[in-house]
Amino acid sequence: MSDLRESLINGVFEMMKLAAFNVPDDVKNALKRAYEIEDNPVAKANLGAIVRNLEVASTERIPICQDTGTPTFFVELGEDFPLKAGLREIIEQATVKATQEIPLRPNAVNPWTYENSGNNVGRFVPIIHWEVVPGDELKITYLAKGGGSENTSKLYMLSPVLGLKGIKKAVIDAVVEAGPKPCPPIIVGVGVGGGADMAMKLAKKATLRRLDDKNPDPKLAELEEELLHKINSLGLGPMGLGGKTYALAVKIEWAHKHPASLPVGISTLCWAARKSIAVFKPDGSMKVLMPP
Amino acid sequence: MAEYRLKTPLSEEDVRQLKVGDIVYISGIIVTGRDQVHRRALELAAKGEKDKVPVNLEGAVLYHCGPIVKKVDGEWKIFGFGPTTSARMESVEADFIKEFGVRAIIGKGGMFERTTQAMKEYGAVYLAHPGGVSAVATKSVKRVIDVHWLDLGTPEAMWVVEVENFGPTMVAIDSHGNNLFLDVMNKAKEKVQEVYKTL
Ligand code: SF4
Repeated sequence: MSDLRESLINGVFEMMKLAAFNVPDDVKNALKRAYEIEDNPVAKANLGAIVRNLEVASTERIPICQDTGTPTFFVELGEDFPLKAGLREIIEQATVKATQEIPLRPNAVNPWTYENSGNNVGRFVPIIHWEVVPGDELKITYLAKGGGSENTSKLYMLSPVLGLKGIKKAVIDAVVEAGPKPCPPIIVGVGVGGGADMAMKLAKKATLRRLDDKNPDPKLAELEEELLHKINSLGLGPMGLGGKTYALAVKIEWAHKHPASLPVGISTLCWAARKSIAVFKPDGSMKVLMPP
Repeated sequence: MAEYRLKTPLSEEDVRQLKVGDIVYISGIIVTGRDQVHRRALELAAKGEKDKVPVNLEGAVLYHCGPIVKKVDGEWKIFGFGPTTSARMESVEADFIKEFGVRAIIGKGGMFERTTQAMKEYGAVYLAHPGGVSAVATKSVKRVIDVHWLDLGTPEAMWVVEVENFGPTMVAIDSHGNNLFLDVMNKAKEKVQEVYKTL
């Protein structure tokens, strides 16, 4: 069992390292495309620098951004996976190691005393979302979420009479308010329904989707396209300095809701979309699904 | 739009020639300063103890940045050198420009009316560094020359860093009263009224 523990600590550490130096290929491709279609010189310079930064980070193993983020994990634990107790400790140990060795910036601060824990571990940090699923595998999705882009998250508790129009307006308003702050180009995640907590969680989960996937619900796929087009038509552009691409994608997730509520959560994720996904087998072997 | 390669210290002429949208690369010395450096330096100035500020900032390039640093073989090395959000410094930046004579401020996300006014009056510019572009910025670092006020913590301390071709940065506020961030934002706010009608 301790071998499995060791493999998991090393595996999670590897995931964090991968994400610190690389963004997934879909994000990279979207940024390159944005660069190609741009004719505003300031926007082009911004995107050119971003694309070059990704290359330098990945080949020279320098963190993509100096804000190496809040370590955030989405864990899907197979009910037959042989190790269940102590998974939080495993993730914490990997985080401490990653903070020292990569190095990551220590980003876990006590909200009352402003004391920094120094190792990215603190109360409820790393942030972990748990789900128990059928099967004997452990799937972990890791997101290094920067403060700048987390700060422009929004929750709207709309009146249900506002309906679809209200949802669209909420997304547009959130983006205008965010402006240059989340380091655009960004990925816009939208969570509709649930309660307040669920809407925000779904919004963040939506930012984890591959940018080139298509929403299986054709109506939502269309809505994602419509919102993306409208957001970009505002001309805010990369870094809010003008241009064609403010958002790389809009992704929508949803849940049923209370008849009297219409929660809309919006999560903004900067272009430095540092995420990795891996599946662990019961013997501790690991398959990295993202970045490739 | 023009491209400039400037060497520090910067003169008033250096920065007065720049217009919003120009692209600038900096070589020479950059001094980091974020929330706490501003607060402490301005407190000293208010007490008439400007000489206690450890770096002469006349013509300097001030960088809103909290670097990732680590001591390697007894020397400070920088592992992350991207910009932080400048808006937090808006309430104090105009005074800082006036007191210390910095000629360029580098950061991300832009600054507002008071800073724009001060830049016009005293001859300074705001250079927007692409947010998150930290690996490229780190590569342009030649060495850490010095660090002051480490008691504020490494991100907040005042790092004196030698760089070569640091950039690209974009002139987002020039010394003629133009502010590209505010222009783009104002246009977006007009445009959004049209977009509302199509929802
Ligand atoms: S918003 Fe993202 S890219 Fe910008 S500084 Fe934060 S982590 Fe880096």
